[in-house]
Amino acid sequence: MGIRERLSGNEAIAYAMKQINPDVMGAFPITPSTEIPQYFSTYVDNGQVDTEFIAVESEHSAMSTCIGAQAAGARAISATSSCGLCYMTEMLYVAASDRLPITLAVSCRALSGPININNDHSDAMGVRDSGWLMLFAETNQEAYDNYLQAMRIGEAVDLPIMICQDGFITSHAIENIELVEDEKVKEFVGEWNPKHYMLKKGEPMAVGAYATPAYYIEAKRQQAQAMMDAKEVIKKVGKEFGEMTGRTYGLVENFMMDDAEEAILIIGSSAGTAKEAVKKLRAAGKKVGLVKIRSFRPFPSEEIVDALKNVKAFAAMDKDDSFNGHCGPMYAEVCASMYAAGVTAPKGINYIYGLGGRDVRVDSIEHVFAELEKIADTGVTGETYRYLEVRD
Amino acid sequence: MSHLAKDMTPDVSWKDITPGCNIYEGGTSVTVETGDWRTMKPVWDATKCKQCMLCTPVCPDMSIPVDADGKRGDFNYFFCKGCGICANVCPFNAITMVKDEK
Repeated sequence: MGIRERLSGNEAIAYAMKQINPDVMGAFPITPSTEIPQYFSTYVDNGQVDTEFIAVESEHSAMSTCIGAQAAGARAISATSSCGLCYMTEMLYVAASDRLPITLAVSCRALSGPININNDHSDAMGVRDSGWLMLFAETNQEAYDNYLQAMRIGEAVDLPIMICQDGFITSHAIENIELVEDEKVKEFVGEWNPKHYMLKKGEPMAVGAYATPAYYIEAKRQQAQAMMDAKEVIKKVGKEFGEMTGRTYGLVENFMMDDAEEAILIIGSSAGTAKEAVKKLRAAGKKVGLVKIRSFRPFPSEEIVDALKNVKAFAAMDKDDSFNGHCGPMYAEVCASMYAAGVTAPKGINYIYGLGGRDVRVDSIEHVFAELEKIADTGVTGETYRYLEVRD
Repeated sequence: MSHLAKDMTPDVSWKDITPGCNIYEGGTSVTVETGDWRTMKPVWDATKCKQCMLCTPVCPDMSIPVDADGKRGDFNYFFCKGCGICANVCPFNAITMVKDEK
């Protein structure tokens, strides 16, 4: 049995870091992830970890620090949010393409402008094509649990991994949480023993080579394979974690989807709110369900198609916008998954919701289901690109 | 699966290329053919060459070998990128740039 505690999401991540005791942290503060390096620096100062804590002058440098450390053969971590993640972007691509399994905690926050410090997924979604694995948490517990699984996943496929949670909503709210004992964490996470690393005696190594057109696309194809291979790894590690803690994880979580006729797909803390709405509507006899996407990278196409193939209507909920004039990123990928699988009967709409910390309530989600019911009844999809509860 | 630089040729498959094109040995400039960028190549006419040695120091790579007697030999096309500087400095028209065809 684990240890019962009550921690904020940021504290939980910092605690997981302490239990893992990684080699290097590249640290730069930005709201709402600031507390992660702040709490962790206390562990460093108290001698509870022997991590090299490197306070740098920017997020670009924080990720560069991680890249150098991980390439040298160390386990490197960082944490960031919002514009900080944007500022890391150049180096995020380098980390992924150099195949360095760095772990980055992201407390998701809106992007400027207007300037806003509250939660949405614009920051994480903005770097969704950088080649990083991306897991999202609904609760503090999931943020902690995902972090404990992160290194096992990233290191198995040589890709860096982002552990995302919702800024303030979970990062600062204190919840009951069940922690795993230190020795169990150490055993589960294990040591990283890379085959090649820059400090390896007798094997000089170069990282970040130039690739001419004769080589570049082969390197990228191999990187793409690592992302595909990660699906099985995430499931395997999630299952093993379940055997240890009783909390099993997959790529998605299907909630009351078995006979669902209307469904929503959602990421992060709003899934909790949406589950309440589903339970309420189920109690009223409505056949509704929810698909929570835990792994956005790799994208669980097969699992989503399998969950949605028998519904009449679905809504993909994007807490961000692609500003492409027709939909958010999750809707685009859900529809691409359905079309590629030849499943085109369900009618799908997209809601952009919760931007810049706009509250999402149970009745907000009930409204979405009411719209889906109309679509299911009439067969008329109407506008697919919708903003939820925006003032007219 | 070899991860040696000598096997990272333009024929290497995506399955066999080193992750991230990382390199796991030193001195690979000797083993990796970088002459494959070339579109034009210098051709040396030994009969016109006066061994004045103006060409050798201006070569940005290691494409003009010099022997123990201090004399240049024919081009090393393994490294030559076909930049043409050698042809440009040669006062005797002993180096001609021609289209390189594979």
